[in-house]
Amino acid sequence: MDPTLLRTPLFDWHVAHGARMVDFAGWAMPVQYASIIDEHTATRRAVAITDISHMGRLRFEGPGAAVFLAELLTRRVADMELGQIRYSLVTNDEGGILDDVLVGYYHDACGQPFYVVVVNAGNRQKVVDWIHAHLPRERAEIPGREVIFTDLSRLWAMFAVQGPKSVDVLQPLVNIDLQWMRYYRGTRVQLLHPAARRQGGIISRTGYTGEDGFELSVGTEIAPAIWQAIIDQGQPLGIVPCGLGARDTLRLEAGMPLYGHELSEQTNPFEAGLGFACHLVGYDFPGRDALLRIQKEPLRRVRVGLEMSGQRVPRQGYPILSGGQPLGEVTSGTFSPTLKKPIAMGFVAPVIAKAGIELQVDVRGRAEPAHVIELPFYQRDRRV
Amino acid sequence: MSLDPKSLQYTSTHEWIHLEDGPGGVKTATVGVSDFAIQALTDLVHIDLPEPGRAVQAGKPFGEVESVKAVSDLYSPVDGEVVEVNKALMTPDPKTNFVNLDSLTQDPYGAGWLVKIRVKGGGQSEWLDYATYKKQCDEAG
Repeated sequence: MDPTLLRTPLFDWHVAHGARMVDFAGWAMPVQYASIIDEHTATRRAVAITDISHMGRLRFEGPGAAVFLAELLTRRVADMELGQIRYSLVTNDEGGILDDVLVGYYHDACGQPFYVVVVNAGNRQKVVDWIHAHLPRERAEIPGREVIFTDLSRLWAMFAVQGPKSVDVLQPLVNIDLQWMRYYRGTRVQLLHPAARRQGGIISRTGYTGEDGFELSVGTEIAPAIWQAIIDQGQPLGIVPCGLGARDTLRLEAGMPLYGHELSEQTNPFEAGLGFACHLVGYDFPGRDALLRIQKEPLRRVRVGLEMSGQRVPRQGYPILSGGQPLGEVTSGTFSPTLKKPIAMGFVAPVIAKAGIELQVDVRGRAEPAHVIELPFYQRDRRV
Repeated sequence: MSLDPKSLQYTSTHEWIHLEDGPGGVKTATVGVSDFAIQALTDLVHIDLPEPGRAVQAGKPFGEVESVKAVSDLYSPVDGEVVEVNKALMTPDPKTNFVNLDSLTQDPYGAGWLVKIRVKGGGQSEWLDYATYKKQCDEAG
């Protein structure tokens, strides 16, 4: 393993449990412990835990924090209530996507409110640089409108506990009633485990799997003990550790975009199907004027789901054909463990972006039949 | 009946070879994928093998095996002609319409063999004995 790669506090645990470690955005991360399909299936049927400590966590506080974030993110922030979480984008001046993020509004042990913006590991440095460029000292220190920005990424570990049994696994470990927590809500919690040494954490009902579940942030120091406590608690319920391989198949079935695949600086939110995350009236943010203009123009291409008729798996970059003509490109593809067939997401010309349309994917020189399918590929029975 | 992995030859691209002498000095190579490669790939979902009669070239792809994560080419260890293909790996299950690769994952040196190639011409890729191949795999981790 490349010694220059960053390590999460769970690195030793992953290695000791047979994980295949890979370089993911400069971090040594487990891609799988055993079988991706088994880890995927455990998440859908029971519960799984994934180390996502590589995600960037950026904290903003101070009287000017809400307005600063409203002037940075595409989504409304200033009207967020404590405990609320929103999916948002960071766009450049041209309206291209710099990152997709979750912004949450919490309070600390003293009651001090703060925002946490969770960014993709591969985009952390880019977004931090973008923030510094938009938050010069004279802006950050305006009396009465101060903004204090901290990169917490290396201070907090983060675990995703996902699956229909996630409430049962986590409930004994926290001091709040999880069954009443709504989707896209989060809060500070006390951890009811001696290993927590009275430290708190942040828990949210969020995830990247299409399943019910939670994401839990705790200090790096106590992270290995809390991880183990969750696994011990989940053992009778069938918990398994889940690597980034299954995380990818899970999010793809759920139709969720991934930066570097569906999203890039050359992609605008409307063609990616993320117009809902752009609030273009009110606060001015980088890219707003461009997005107002792009919104009025016809779409050049549209993100769609594809289901293959055969067994060969489309991969990123494969051309999508219609009548022999290339009319799009695959951005992500995998074998869906739930549907038991190859699926993909990609961008196609609007004329063929309709569910049911038959087309082909050029899989290494062979035109394989496929059809457009409405996203997501998989949707759980929603109870929360 | 599974072959003894210690008795086989290997390529650095993880194919195994079992060479047999036939009548008239014609040699037939049975080719499969090593257990090491099967373990490394995990979650196999698809395999593509040539039709009998196809000419193959040493060091050139003759098929591909696909897992959830990635697709890998299968390389022919010899020049020759495919005379038999393991049909069990290519026949879809009538219920699911998908091929069942369990024999490949569970018995790569027996029921999971891939193709038999009648050796023609002299071309042959570099072969390793079991000990050398195992050393290469151990070093790759």
